[in-house]
Amino acid sequence: MTARTARGAAAATLALALITGAAACSAPSAGGAASARADSVVVGTATEPESLSPLLGYGKDGNSKIFDGLLTHDADMKLRPALAEALPEVSADGLTYTYKLRTGVKFSDGQPFSAKDVVFTYRTILDPKTNNASKSELDAVKDVTARGEDTVVFTLKYPYAPFAERTVLPIAPEHIAGRQDVNSGDFTTRPVGTGPYLLTGWSKGEKLSFKANPSYWGGEPAVKKFTMAVIKDDDVRATRLRSGELDAAILPPNLAKGLGRDKGRRTYAAKTFDYRNVTLPTHNTVTGDVAVRQALDIAVDREAMVDRLLEGAGKPAYGPVPTDSPWFTAGTERAHDLDKAKRILDDAGWRTGEDGIRVKDGVRASFPLWYTSGDKIRQDHALAFASDAKKAGIEVRTEAGTWEVIEPRMKTDAVLAGGGSPADPDFDQYLLLTSSLGGDGFNNMARYDNPAVDRALQDARESGDPAARKAAYDTVQRELVKNPGYVFLTHIDHLYVVNDTWDGLSTQVEPHDHGLGAGPWWNVETWKPKQK
Amino acid sequence: MIRRLVRFPWGPMARMAGRRALFAAPVLLAVTFGVFAVAALSPFDPVKAYAGTAGLTASQAELDQLRANLGVDRPLPERWWDWLTSALTGDLGTSAVMRQPVADVIGERVGWSALLALCAFAVAVLAGTGLGVLAARRQGGPLDRAVSSLAYTLEAAPAFWLGLLAIWFFSVRLGVLPSGGLTDAGSDVVTFGQVASHLVLPALVLGLSQLPWFFLYVRQGVADALDEDPVRGARARGVRERRVLLGHGLRSGMLPMLTLIGSRVPELITGALLVETVFSWPGIAAATVQAATSVDFPLLAALTVLATAAVLAGNLLSDLLYGVADPRVGFDG
Repeated sequence: MTARTARGAAAATLALALITGAAACSAPSAGGAASARADSVVVGTATEPESLSPLLGYGKDGNSKIFDGLLTHDADMKLRPALAEALPEVSADGLTYTYKLRTGVKFSDGQPFSAKDVVFTYRTILDPKTNNASKSELDAVKDVTARGEDTVVFTLKYPYAPFAERTVLPIAPEHIAGRQDVNSGDFTTRPVGTGPYLLTGWSKGEKLSFKANPSYWGGEPAVKKFTMAVIKDDDVRATRLRSGELDAAILPPNLAKGLGRDKGRRTYAAKTFDYRNVTLPTHNTVTGDVAVRQALDIAVDREAMVDRLLEGAGKPAYGPVPTDSPWFTAGTERAHDLDKAKRILDDAGWRTGEDGIRVKDGVRASFPLWYTSGDKIRQDHALAFASDAKKAGIEVRTEAGTWEVIEPRMKTDAVLAGGGSPADPDFDQYLLLTSSLGGDGFNNMARYDNPAVDRALQDARESGDPAARKAAYDTVQRELVKNPGYVFLTHIDHLYVVNDTWDGLSTQVEPHDHGLGAGPWWNVETWKPKQK
Repeated sequence: MIRRLVRFPWGPMARMAGRRALFAAPVLLAVTFGVFAVAALSPFDPVKAYAGTAGLTASQAELDQLRANLGVDRPLPERWWDWLTSALTGDLGTSAVMRQPVADVIGERVGWSALLALCAFAVAVLAGTGLGVLAARRQGGPLDRAVSSLAYTLEAAPAFWLGLLAIWFFSVRLGVLPSGGLTDAGSDVVTFGQVASHLVLPALVLGLSQLPWFFLYVRQGVADALDEDPVRGARARGVRERRVLLGHGLRSGMLPMLTLIGSRVPELITGALLVETVFSWPGIAAATVQAATSVDFPLLAALTVLATAAVLAGNLLSDLLYGVADPRVGFDG
């Protein structure tokens, strides 16, 4: 039965292919190299979204192309109004956010956008029946209501300073998405939004095609056709860029270096919050010792990692906040100092044993470090970390595994982890360092427990005063010097090689995961053809 | 010529096909249960797979809710029975990883996989047979030595490596063929010309990776047949070389190859897996891996049924062909 249905489907697909083929043969071919078309852009990415429904988490950090959020980010990651007319009015107690909506905006099917769509979107995401794995990002929301056609009011359970950053998530049309199964309906693969582009095709594992939305409220984009080709393999992506099939692609440092030198191409290095760190589990006798943590923190040669592992495309990391961010606390940089690391360990009673590995009270200074198999950057970092630690007399046993293997061991074993979210320091640090979240899913993997940090994180999240928030995050970063919960190694630049035929390209500060929204094409709707 | 070589005994063939079909039902049933059982035992967590990167920042409560929503915490037999009963009524369920009904996932992809596999098979069988016969004719000759050593090299070469090599040569160096996708990345319409040009490299690579087996079998079979007494006799009687080669040599040399055709089906499926990935071919093979690593039960079960059916059909085909080629074998099933 099953097989027959499937075979029928196969036959039908084949027949259809042949018919469309025959029909198309009589028409002149519109194909050719991607760059030949003056108004189209084809970019190669490594990943594709699981779903295109914002209700399931697509585009939650903004830049979704098909959709708009109430707010959006500009090139400097500052919030700007999008579907909202202006930035929200926040009540004095920080509990009420009021958004006035832009009028006259239509979804791409012609139906008007209004406050009920906003209410529908947020309520659906918060519904326990909706399979949205990121819904805890909206934890603070108590309720969202429409006041008339063009005003939306959010009320929060607790004051949450970075809340406006959460309202960049895309708005779905109630009249379409509200009429079907949120988790598996048509809307998840055939979305309709208010954004600058319309989805024209999605061949999973191959590409997503978009065309410009002629009635976009922000004006019709000059790039009329936009295609994201999904190419997992770095070398294949580089090859297809070189052969002219792609106009742009994300590439690892070694490949970007080669291609970026070609005439007619430019390399864009996006600064990021994307860090790689080593968790120091408090439940491990070795990594739980503050002396060992401090020693490891200065025994690692971060500069060498940036130069050799990242070919210069990155920065040393001393905490979740990159050194060039306004949130970074100057003076918390730690130089590579092997002698001081050894001294700390000597003073703490870790004596060098016969095999060069230190021992204290019968405990050997040795612990396992897991990295996800197949991830070359993590593997390189793990090996470099182990080699640096060895010089200080600490043995780090690197092991590769999938998350399924690693997760049950996270309580006592170190993990080469990654993360980073530029929009607000709260997004990373609260989940990474709050003691009450220790071991909750992948939050606070090291089970870091520091009352001073807990207090500072809470203050920072509740205070509406930027100066007070900055002071609180300064406290967190200084505490991390005294008692590192993690050894932060590097912040990694994301490299993009782009054919130099358009004006208006730039990069934003990017988060850890970089899907469709990140990259120089974050603002493809505003690109203009280059004057020759 | 062919007409005289081969006569189709339709009756016995149909009976054998019928018997095999009856036998296939319990096999498929067992296979689906096996898939559910193995997947349930696997260390992969469907909830983590579903959540993707978002799962790395999700709270435990959220993951638990997701687990309940997806229904993956229910006991194995219950899940299997639910799947089976709804599958029998035509509802294949919803694929968690693709966020789409399973029937849609398969319908969108299986045609492209079948097209790729058929073309590759045609390349492998036709080229393998042709070269095999030519090589057998002058064993030890320059052609034989060249093709044989090439065949051994190809046998050892992984399909994805061949794929990358083909891309490097034909797309990058020569720039004559596209390096991946079903159509040019910038083009939306699926046209015959586009698909045809994009099909060349993957089909060729997949076909080449299968070719050595056909070539080596045919070469050996035909060479053995040419050594037999009836052939020597025929040659002595002055029967034309062409007739000897095709009438005697190929006919007995083809026997082992016919069984090979069926038995290569699983290999073809795994080969397609790598080739589809390298060439971004939107087929079913890539979906299979994703379904497996995400413990996407409904999709995995449907795809396994499909693959099992393909293997069973392959075996049936080779047995039927064998019976046709050598009437002494018959259609016992």
